[in-house]
Amino acid sequence: MCGIVGIHLKDPALEPRLGELLVPMIEALTGRGPDSAGLALYDRTTPDGSLRWSLRGPSASYDWEALAARLGEDLGQPASVEVKVDVGLLTVKAPVEQVRTRLADIAPEVKIVGVGEAMTLHKDIGSARQVCDRYGIELVGGYQGVGHTRMATESAVTTQHSHPFSPAPDLALVHNGSFSNHVMIRRRLEAKGIIFETDNDSEVAARYIGYWLAQGDTLDDAMRRVLKEFDGFFTLLVTSRDEFAVVRDAFACKPLVVAETDAYVAVASEYHALATLPGIESARVFEPQPEDVHSWTKK
Amino acid sequence: MDEEVTQVLPTPVASEAEVVLSCEQLTTREINGRLRELPEGSVVRITNAKGTHNLAVGLRRHLRITIEGNAGYYTAGLCDGPDVTVEGSVGWGLAENLMRGIVRVRGNASESAAATAHGGTVIVHGDASSRAGISLKGGTLAVAGDVGHMSGFMAQAGTILVGGDAGHALGDSLYEAVVYVGGKVQSLGADSRIEDLTEADVACAREIIDLAGFDHIDPQNLTRVASAKQLYNFDALKNQRY
Repeated sequence: MCGIVGIHLKDPALEPRLGELLVPMIEALTGRGPDSAGLALYDRTTPDGSLRWSLRGPSASYDWEALAARLGEDLGQPASVEVKVDVGLLTVKAPVEQVRTRLADIAPEVKIVGVGEAMTLHKDIGSARQVCDRYGIELVGGYQGVGHTRMATESAVTTQHSHPFSPAPDLALVHNGSFSNHVMIRRRLEAKGIIFETDNDSEVAARYIGYWLAQGDTLDDAMRRVLKEFDGFFTLLVTSRDEFAVVRDAFACKPLVVAETDAYVAVASEYHALATLPGIESARVFEPQPEDVHSWTKK
Repeated sequence: MDEEVTQVLPTPVASEAEVVLSCEQLTTREINGRLRELPEGSVVRITNAKGTHNLAVGLRRHLRITIEGNAGYYTAGLCDGPDVTVEGSVGWGLAENLMRGIVRVRGNASESAAATAHGGTVIVHGDASSRAGISLKGGTLAVAGDVGHMSGFMAQAGTILVGGDAGHALGDSLYEAVVYVGGKVQSLGADSRIEDLTEADVACAREIIDLAGFDHIDPQNLTRVASAKQLYNFDALKNQRY
């Protein structure tokens, strides 16, 4: 098992309440995934051209200000940092690879969790409630968010093995299920130069989609490729800066319920995780059919 | 086992008043515990369900239970007697292994509705999702709308009536159960086939339609799907060994 939730807001009036809407959703699915939890949150607060890096330090007392100052100096661009316990959200206007290389040089103790113009990524072992409380998710605003509660079946319970997986800027994937041919696909991707961080099966799907997006696929195309290549059980929710897409395997062994209103599209593994949303009583509620890709694009 | 239970239980006298149990005030375990203590014929309303799993499970008396709103997984599962009506939709495994009673859902049912039901009737006024009536063992499943893929999979006995369309692989590996479909069949599963509708089929379907209260299905105009018996050819009368 595992639990998936996500919300893609259409009505800007709901944006200040993103965290408040998302936290009860992910918490409702604690039973499906008690060992780890994670969230990818999308907002528009990053200045134009800048990227926000979700970084995990070795401890809560890590000197993020010193890192930001050093990095800013090296890159010749001011870097600011917002600290959330052991996570530093570092904003700087510089190319992805340049920052990645500098970080590896000057702060090898820092792990990159995610990066994007819009995305912030939090994940850790522990219950959904613990993870949401630690990073103050309830108070976060934004236009889109996904969450995952993990019950590990294929690989270890660590922060790195928890979801969402982010293979590219602003891209996040959460998975309920298990893949049976992920080792083969991993080898093929590694041969193309793709680097993996864990031995997790879901990371393979994330990097596979990331690879095909980089080749020019649309998100819908890349998700349809997953249906052809991957063997196993899966419900996937994949988000990018503007898109929100779901797919279920041919047997639809893993659940998903979608609720759509004029104000939002929300998805969850189980309906009760949607029951707290405003206007849910009059939402159009449906289950995606096997192998149908459903996607929504931010207007 | 039956005798033991009867001795312990209080004399069944149903009160006139409706018993109201709120999912906001009671845990699922408390609700099911309270339901199990109620006498034969009691009328119960379960409120604030909001997708709660496992409501009204394991009940062996004829209670009349209404669940307000949407319920979750395994609603009215493992029951032998009660009539349960859900005013909204339900999650996976509706009325799993039903033995007796009528379970009615006004909205839609998710996957595996009426799975392994031995008896009783499961009525869905909306659509049912994948694997509706999987491994049915003698019960009746009536769906006003559509059913999803692999419905009737390995159904051994009983009847499935679908008012709308059936998804892919309908009736895969059927045994003695029969499926009637009012709309289109997207595809048949392995070893299932379309057969001629007989007078007995029309009578059987009419009975189910009347019980369900459906008014949009013409019993004369159904597609009968049953086992082609190429995979399933066990016959106890021919002294076969297995």
